[in-house]
Amino acid sequence: MIKLLRILGGRALSLFKKMGHMLMFLLNSIYYICVPPFKFRLLLKQIRFFGNKSMIVILLTGSFTGMVMALQIYHTLSKFGSEALLGPAVALSLIRELGPVLSALMVTGRAGSALTAEIGIMRISEQIDALVSMALNPMRYLIVPNIVAAIIVFPLLAAIFDVIGIYGGYVIAVKLLGLSEGTYFSQIDTFVEWKDVRIGLYKSISFGVIVSWISCYKGYFTEETGFGAEGVSRATTDAVVMSSVLILIWDYFLGSVLL
Amino acid sequence: MIEIIGLEKSFNGQKVLSGINLRIEHGEIMAIIGRSGGGKSVLLKNIIGILKPDKGSIIIDGVDITKLRGREMDKTRQKLGVLFQGGALFDSMTAYENVAFPLKEKMKVSKKTLQEKVSKALEDVGLKGMEDKYPSEMSGGMRKRVALARTLITEPQIVLFDEPTTGLDPILLQSTHKLIRCTHETYGFTGIVISHEIPEIFDISDKVAFLYKGVIEEIGTPDEIRKSSNPMVRQFLTGSSEGPVELLCEKETRR
Repeated sequence: MIKLLRILGGRALSLFKKMGHMLMFLLNSIYYICVPPFKFRLLLKQIRFFGNKSMIVILLTGSFTGMVMALQIYHTLSKFGSEALLGPAVALSLIRELGPVLSALMVTGRAGSALTAEIGIMRISEQIDALVSMALNPMRYLIVPNIVAAIIVFPLLAAIFDVIGIYGGYVIAVKLLGLSEGTYFSQIDTFVEWKDVRIGLYKSISFGVIVSWISCYKGYFTEETGFGAEGVSRATTDAVVMSSVLILIWDYFLGSVLL
Repeated sequence: MIEIIGLEKSFNGQKVLSGINLRIEHGEIMAIIGRSGGGKSVLLKNIIGILKPDKGSIIIDGVDITKLRGREMDKTRQKLGVLFQGGALFDSMTAYENVAFPLKEKMKVSKKTLQEKVSKALEDVGLKGMEDKYPSEMSGGMRKRVALARTLITEPQIVLFDEPTTGLDPILLQSTHKLIRCTHETYGFTGIVISHEIPEIFDISDKVAFLYKGVIEEIGTPDEIRKSSNPMVRQFLTGSSEGPVELLCEKETRR
């Protein structure tokens, strides 16, 4: 019994230590975000990296999510004779919930994993050590541009996801299911408020921080998960899994606070 | 001057450095020889401050760097130039960008001066016309030479070379050694060279230290080391598998 408690205690301590380490990494990054010099060129490069890597997948998933939602919600609403509310149902679900969450999950899979792998390879090939030896701070050069870029790009990608999704829903509702164009859009205008847009914005900003933080951390400390190429591969998988799980958990908490 | 006193470092309970004592005078080139996996690179990483020792001090120009943190440590690092074992070139940058990087970030030189200096540095290492090549398009030897150009371009006061000539052909090996010697004569840096190139390394070093099992077994001028009666040094110099130096076991090679 004591042995079991000792093992459990040891695991809990190690978990808390790891969480503390991750938190310190984030706080350290925030410090360097606020303290000049700022690396604007690197920031632009990383904005391009996130946007370029994820745009196609956002367009595809956004349009099909909107289409599927329109199809499913229409059948539910038609049972109550409330088909006119299809537009706002699709738009609200996308703006408040699915846009930020699904776009964040897509970016995690596309850009987040690539980011972990890139930083992990820089770690194992001593490129990060080279930066340190040049008295240049790796946090400033590698981590800060990614976190700031993610804070800028995630809301933009979520907005694109929302718009494409709403138009995807429009194609199904108007062209396939015969709902009038005016009804679909005018009801969106009536029911969607700025508060809903703001909730979506807060969510995607926080998801940007989560994905870039976890991806950078896992790459930066890739040797914690293993050695060499195997370590990088494990770190990449860990980053994607942990980011995805945290996105969903944080979405619930933020959703219940902002509701 | 660099003075290392009683330096110890362990990984997962396994001692890699067991009390290193070493003194490198200003403007001197010290070669450190020893078996692969013997802790030479770990010693170098302790000097750069990438690893923190468990015990002991590293005094650079009167300052114990093991007690420094953050910006204070960066101030000491400004004096250092490091050539890593694998080159550690930034793989998203071309040869030109790699060599220009420390100069651009640390010294704020004009574009014209930057171009002149980088072109000259690449020419010195025999890579004229290779400016636009990425590390993935270069051979191991070329990568190493770009890394050497990057290390020397800021004219550091202390240069640490981690196996600068491994993987180079004999002609390039000689020319790289010559380049190190010439740069040393021009800028007078203090150098630590980790090398397995015996006896070639003796030509560019003022002193040689033999590291074995985490301690400096023997230290002296190249001639003294050549004539050493220490059986371990003798075995290492002749490369014989018979003698007091233990053969590598699997556990040690993973270090």
